[in-house]
Amino acid sequence: MAGLRQIGKRSSLYGVVIFFSLFSAFPFFWMVIASFKRAHDLYTLKNNPFLFNEPPTLEHLHHLFFGTLFVKYLINTVVVGIAVVVITLVVAVPAAYSLARWAGRWGENLGIAIFLTYLVPPTLLFIPLSRVIGFLGLQESLWSLILIYPTFTIPFCTWLLMGFFKSIPLDIEEQALVDGYSRVGAMVRIVLPLSISGLLTVVVFSFTLSMHEFIYALAFISSSALKTVSIGVPTELIGEFFEWGPLMAGALIPSIPAAILYTLFLDRFIAGFTMGAIK
Amino acid sequence: MSAFNGEFGGPLSHIWDRERVLAPLLIAPAILYIVVLVGAPFFLAVYYSLSDATTGSQSLHFVGLSNFQAVLKDPVFRKSLINTFIFTLVSQALVLVLAKVLALALLKDFRGKWLVKFLILLPWTAPIALGTIGWMWMLDSIFSPIDWILRYMGLLGAPGAILGANSNLYWLGVPSLAMLSVILVHTWRMLPLATVILLAGLTSIPQEILDAAEVDGAGFWRRLFQIMIPMLLPIMTVAVLFGIVFTFTDITVVYLLTQGGPVHSTQVLASWAFFKGIEAGDLAQGAAVALFLFPAMAGVAALMLRLARRTEVT
Repeated sequence: MAGLRQIGKRSSLYGVVIFFSLFSAFPFFWMVIASFKRAHDLYTLKNNPFLFNEPPTLEHLHHLFFGTLFVKYLINTVVVGIAVVVITLVVAVPAAYSLARWAGRWGENLGIAIFLTYLVPPTLLFIPLSRVIGFLGLQESLWSLILIYPTFTIPFCTWLLMGFFKSIPLDIEEQALVDGYSRVGAMVRIVLPLSISGLLTVVVFSFTLSMHEFIYALAFISSSALKTVSIGVPTELIGEFFEWGPLMAGALIPSIPAAILYTLFLDRFIAGFTMGAIK
Repeated sequence: MSAFNGEFGGPLSHIWDRERVLAPLLIAPAILYIVVLVGAPFFLAVYYSLSDATTGSQSLHFVGLSNFQAVLKDPVFRKSLINTFIFTLVSQALVLVLAKVLALALLKDFRGKWLVKFLILLPWTAPIALGTIGWMWMLDSIFSPIDWILRYMGLLGAPGAILGANSNLYWLGVPSLAMLSVILVHTWRMLPLATVILLAGLTSIPQEILDAAEVDGAGFWRRLFQIMIPMLLPIMTVAVLFGIVFTFTDITVVYLLTQGGPVHSTQVLASWAFFKGIEAGDLAQGAAVALFLFPAMAGVAALMLRLARRTEVT
């Protein structure tokens, strides 16, 4: 009897897990199938859409890489991502250190205030910012994105790093000060090497968040050669020729590395999100 | 320690050791960035909403509240406002229930859990614009695989079938189905985040408490409602608040799936602000529409602050 109940529990667990995996990954499974399916097969309504009724093909991938600006979108995304990572590190690391080490009540509140600016939605700011970008002469330039994306990466990463720095015992640093290091010297030589995983988290998130961003890129950039994947694939690949095969491949290829990176660091990200609501 | 740094340092040689100098200096760039590129644009948005700014002209005139009057009279705006609330509330209610079920399942150990986690997280970890492209095909007017399954099961496309004799449902072409589709995609997108937040909360409940309750004869439901949910309340609130902010202010899903159509039936504040402010060039009215996003966001921020304070005290 107990055994039967155990089996029942187990199979309902698998049922739930399989159902949700299918629900979540369904559009991506579909992208995989469509990327390798012959056009004739894709557009024949009688065919089972989930099977390869004709042999698979690489024609869509070939077209995507050699017949569209897709590679350019990838390069733009990486360039913007790297620049945003650098700016974020340069600004957020000292800020987080300052908040973590000298925070009284005042610093604590400042930290929370900085985190809350992460909640100011881009959809509220894109209209005035598009004017600011025009004023600075940065429209139709990747620099517009490089300048604006840190507005959401800096608040979140400062918050995340603050938690990391707080967890490093003060004693280690004081020892370094006694040994003759300056305060900044102690930060660079002692604290940063101990926070490698925190810094890595910041790198991954700044990069993936700028890769995910949609509205600013849509508002600031309209020349097709300057688009990132997030806007290039949905606007250009659809506008140009509207073929499902290359479009699905174009959506799939950047998604996979982004998802892998993000998943690896997700637990730290969540720890930042929950702001100590878990103790 | 501060006494040590302050008293024995020379005026310049130890300037790096002076907290009073160093602490503000280190944090200044971050504050500057936020003030200049988040704070100032926010006030600029308020200013535009009270002016007659357009993308074409450089001159501005103060026009008082006339933009807000014009916006409030606009039926499309009212539709957008209502839709924004409907999409957010319905999808977040669904997310909360589904995330709870999924988090409880993921608490158990089973084979292939890492793969399951990767797949379940995809809607959140992959760029949303790209995930939505997958849905564009799922919900396509002719090639929708969902319609294919329904036809295959005989629910659609045959005379007398439950869902009608047409060969397709036209997910994005019928107002009610288009709204349903947008809600579905929002739910799909926010489910992973809520699930992992709840999972983090669940794993933090000490197993001894649950074991003790079980020994005392509390069944699954009793443990769920009298121990887990009360203990999870703060973290569930966090999950819901983030869900609300991200869904309420999102533009990607509506912009890519329906462009607000058919006939504005899925228009939301963010998309309407974009169409007005950027595509039609009416910065003033676009800014006025976007500003309606602010009260919701401020409310959420206030709740978060209260929550942060409370957890600080306990």
